[in-house]
Amino acid sequence: MEQVMTTVNLSAVYPEIILALFSFIILLMQSFNRARFKDYYGYVSLIGVLACIAVVFSQPSSFDMRSIEYSFNGMWVVDNYCRFFKLIFLLGTGLTILISIKYLENEGMQHGEYFALILFATLGMMIMASGAELITIFLGIELMSVSLYVLAGYTRTRMISNEAALKYFLLGSFATGFLLYGIALTYGSTGTSDIKAISKFIATTGFQSPTIIMGMALLVIGFGFKAALVPFHMWTPDVYEGAPAPITAFMSAGPKAAAFAAFVRIFMEALPSLQGQWTAIIWIMAVLTMSVGNIIALVQDNIKRMLAYSSIAHAGYVLVAFLSAGELGISSILYYMLAYTFMNIGAFAIITVLGGRGEEKVHIQDYRGLGYRHPIAAIAMSLFLFSLAGIPPTGGFMGKFYIFSAAVKEGYVGLAIIGVINSVVSVYYYLRITVAMYMQDPSTTKESETPALIFSPALVVAICISAYGVLSLGLFPSTYVAIVKQSFLALQ
Amino acid sequence: MMNSSNFPILSVITYLPLLGILLICLIDSKRHDLIRWLAFLTAVVTFLFSLPLYFMFDANTWQMQFVENIPWVSEFGISYHMGIDGISLFLVLLTTFLSALAILSTWSAVTERVKGYMVALLFLETGMLGVFCALDFILFYVFWEVMLIPMYFIIGIWGGTRRIYAAVKFFIYTMSGSVLMLVAILVLYFMYYKLTGVFTFDILTYYNLGLPSNVQFWLFLAFFLAFAIKVPMFPFHTWLPDAHVEAPTAGSVILAGVLLKMGTYGFLRFSLPIFPQASVDFIPVIMCLSVIGIIYGAMVSLAQDDIKKLVAYSSVSHLGYCMLGMFALNMEGLKGSIIQMVNHGLSTGALFMIVGMLYERRHTRLISEYGGILKVMPVFGALFLLVAFSSMGVPGLNGFVGELLILIGAFKASIWYGLLSTTGLVLGAVYLLWMYKRVMYGDITKDENKKLKDMTNREYAYLLPIILFIVWIGVYPKPFLDKMDASVVHLLEVVNHQGSMRTDARKNIGLNTNYANKNPEQFAADQRR
Repeated sequence: MEQVMTTVNLSAVYPEIILALFSFIILLMQSFNRARFKDYYGYVSLIGVLACIAVVFSQPSSFDMRSIEYSFNGMWVVDNYCRFFKLIFLLGTGLTILISIKYLENEGMQHGEYFALILFATLGMMIMASGAELITIFLGIELMSVSLYVLAGYTRTRMISNEAALKYFLLGSFATGFLLYGIALTYGSTGTSDIKAISKFIATTGFQSPTIIMGMALLVIGFGFKAALVPFHMWTPDVYEGAPAPITAFMSAGPKAAAFAAFVRIFMEALPSLQGQWTAIIWIMAVLTMSVGNIIALVQDNIKRMLAYSSIAHAGYVLVAFLSAGELGISSILYYMLAYTFMNIGAFAIITVLGGRGEEKVHIQDYRGLGYRHPIAAIAMSLFLFSLAGIPPTGGFMGKFYIFSAAVKEGYVGLAIIGVINSVVSVYYYLRITVAMYMQDPSTTKESETPALIFSPALVVAICISAYGVLSLGLFPSTYVAIVKQSFLALQ
Repeated sequence: MMNSSNFPILSVITYLPLLGILLICLIDSKRHDLIRWLAFLTAVVTFLFSLPLYFMFDANTWQMQFVENIPWVSEFGISYHMGIDGISLFLVLLTTFLSALAILSTWSAVTERVKGYMVALLFLETGMLGVFCALDFILFYVFWEVMLIPMYFIIGIWGGTRRIYAAVKFFIYTMSGSVLMLVAILVLYFMYYKLTGVFTFDILTYYNLGLPSNVQFWLFLAFFLAFAIKVPMFPFHTWLPDAHVEAPTAGSVILAGVLLKMGTYGFLRFSLPIFPQASVDFIPVIMCLSVIGIIYGAMVSLAQDDIKKLVAYSSVSHLGYCMLGMFALNMEGLKGSIIQMVNHGLSTGALFMIVGMLYERRHTRLISEYGGILKVMPVFGALFLLVAFSSMGVPGLNGFVGELLILIGAFKASIWYGLLSTTGLVLGAVYLLWMYKRVMYGDITKDENKKLKDMTNREYAYLLPIILFIVWIGVYPKPFLDKMDASVVHLLEVVNHQGSMRTDARKNIGLNTNYANKNPEQFAADQRR
């Protein structure tokens, strides 16, 4: 059921409008009475996210109807694919907000901008997912990235946070340049920036000039940077380590998913006829991304840094799915990103609690004996880590299973083997944390003293939602798979 | 299906331990005795629930019994398919039996973090039962991997000094084998789809598909790696001594008694029937590795000065026999292999318990620290000797039945494998008896050993049931062997008549009677004279 509306169709952008409105409300609240509303920004933004989720769910009909609706002269599309991604973003955002409330209180930095920027970044991601045209997608990317640059440096009194923001900004703007060049070259060779028109142009003329190949390569670089794919991953560890923990959680889930959402849409819908050209590049990048991420993660002592490398590796698994395009491949990306959002944000929620004020306890040795000091937190952490490692019965396992079955189906058995071997490698460093939590004792008495862990209700809710997500995706995947299958891109 | 009332007995057995975990979680973690009793009771109830499986099991058919089959992820063709046949029946019973005794055996050995320990043991039981009951690839894989987690924690938290190394090695070693199996499963899955247009992970539908032999070769190799690591076959055995030595007693008992059987079970359930051609092609390789394992394991045992390590390496040797009998691919060999899995679970489990008893008294496992123990612990000494006899295959005890059948099978397959593996029997007697001599006979050289107490009531309670079965299987194995006849005959049919399984299926039930007459117990009786 495809529908093209040339007119301005506000209902297609209701979720985005709601989100923008709420971020303005937060900013306004802050200007009216800074002291009084200090504690409410988080909850207000949460309401915005929930409202947005409700609208996405009902827009325009249920998931069973695979409706595709173009509006704003074909610049904007609402289909199940983008709606599913939007739900992932909003989920990530909601969980991040829940984690952040207590974190900001501890750090004494309750400013409205924080939540407003998170909402703006989410808005950017949603635009990326819904953009049916390269410039719209680019606008989304910029909105998201600029908000993230600021957020990475949010704890401005910490040197490492400043460093992260600056690095992210410099490298990010460089990557944006590549992306824009890619878009320009594509436009130059095809005469349009509309995704459907590009594909039609290439298909009908059989046009494969060097300029469009070049444009495609530059797009790969741009998205490679945004999704942290090797060899464009260099910024990730430093930024993830320096940024405040909740923001790291946020960055590792939503923006990565958004980058893939746009990446997949452009490559599958606009450039499918160039598949022969990009298969080899993506194959190599997938192998590199998985291997480099996992191998470097082996030697990290800082957990945030370790999870940064692990998130690189996970992007590699998604690339495997990307390569195995087709129904199974695309839907496995959706499934995996959902599972990844739950497990990674869950893990970061625990890291945020344990880090304490000023994030001082983020090294593996700080986790020694945690299993006995805070048994429940340690069990939750183990669950998320086992899920990240892809051990059943968790969502991480089902996600990997989904991805590798797509790879095997499309004949990428070698890639699947490299992927599973990588997941064995990754087990080692995830296990290191459980070893520390359960099998090692704190070496000094100071360490063994129970630090007053501050579990706020919001944080507990975030951890519970994540744990529920991880387990239900692993034990009862059926319902999710059904939705995911309704949501994969309608390929030509 | 056969004799299945609608009561999902396999699921009940599999998840009963989880119910126990739930109850244990509600108890205050300081009430150690209550937790122990609850865990023990859960395991006993599970065992009692599993007993009807034996009595209600219909020995006249090879088909799966007590089947439960409901869709799980219907989009992929994954189903929740449980069922057992004559091969898995005894492994399920062995699991429930040993789990209960293992919990009893660490009553006093584990005094810290008792709650977590019992939770892990029960969780492990669920995982193991699931592996033996699952008839769906993915369900099987899930249980297969899930079971790593509790074992990892059991070794890593309650183990000896090098426990972390052993736990991580165990986890990664096992997992690296099984992920390749996952890829192989996926390849198989899509291949089946191409052949038939159906997406299914149901194991039984994959039996004897008549896959091209080069495909069979690679897929067999992937499965082989997963199972060979688990068995463990030489040269994939290096995780085993580490894990065994570091694990607490109950961990070792379960590890030796049940976990290793998952590997051999995997060969029976997957490799042989799904890749019959490749299985036949691989016979020389596997036979060689098995013979090497038998002799090498025995020789290394001979050189150990740590009792637990000695028992651990003896497992490598014993499991070599299981593999040898299995790949002899004849009736005697296969049945011997299956009964030897049970035997090894009983006798090696008992040996680990005995080592645990010594360790609890003296906190050392070095043979040189003992000597003359028989004088202070006479009853213990007698039982120890009985178990050692069972392990080395003395006639009248269980080990003999299994090893005899396996050797008959091996000699039928090739006289050389038979001859070479017989040396393992001799070596087995040497290392066990020599160890027994050094530990139990002679004068008491160490003062600490003079006041050792003989067996306690609790120790009787967990050792005597095992000894009962050791003697029972040794004297009268018929009730055990009969139950597996039909399934083994069918398995051989599948392997030997490739590509014609479906037409043969109907005839199989009739064939069974011929084989039932060949009573292996008769062989045993003849040999004894």
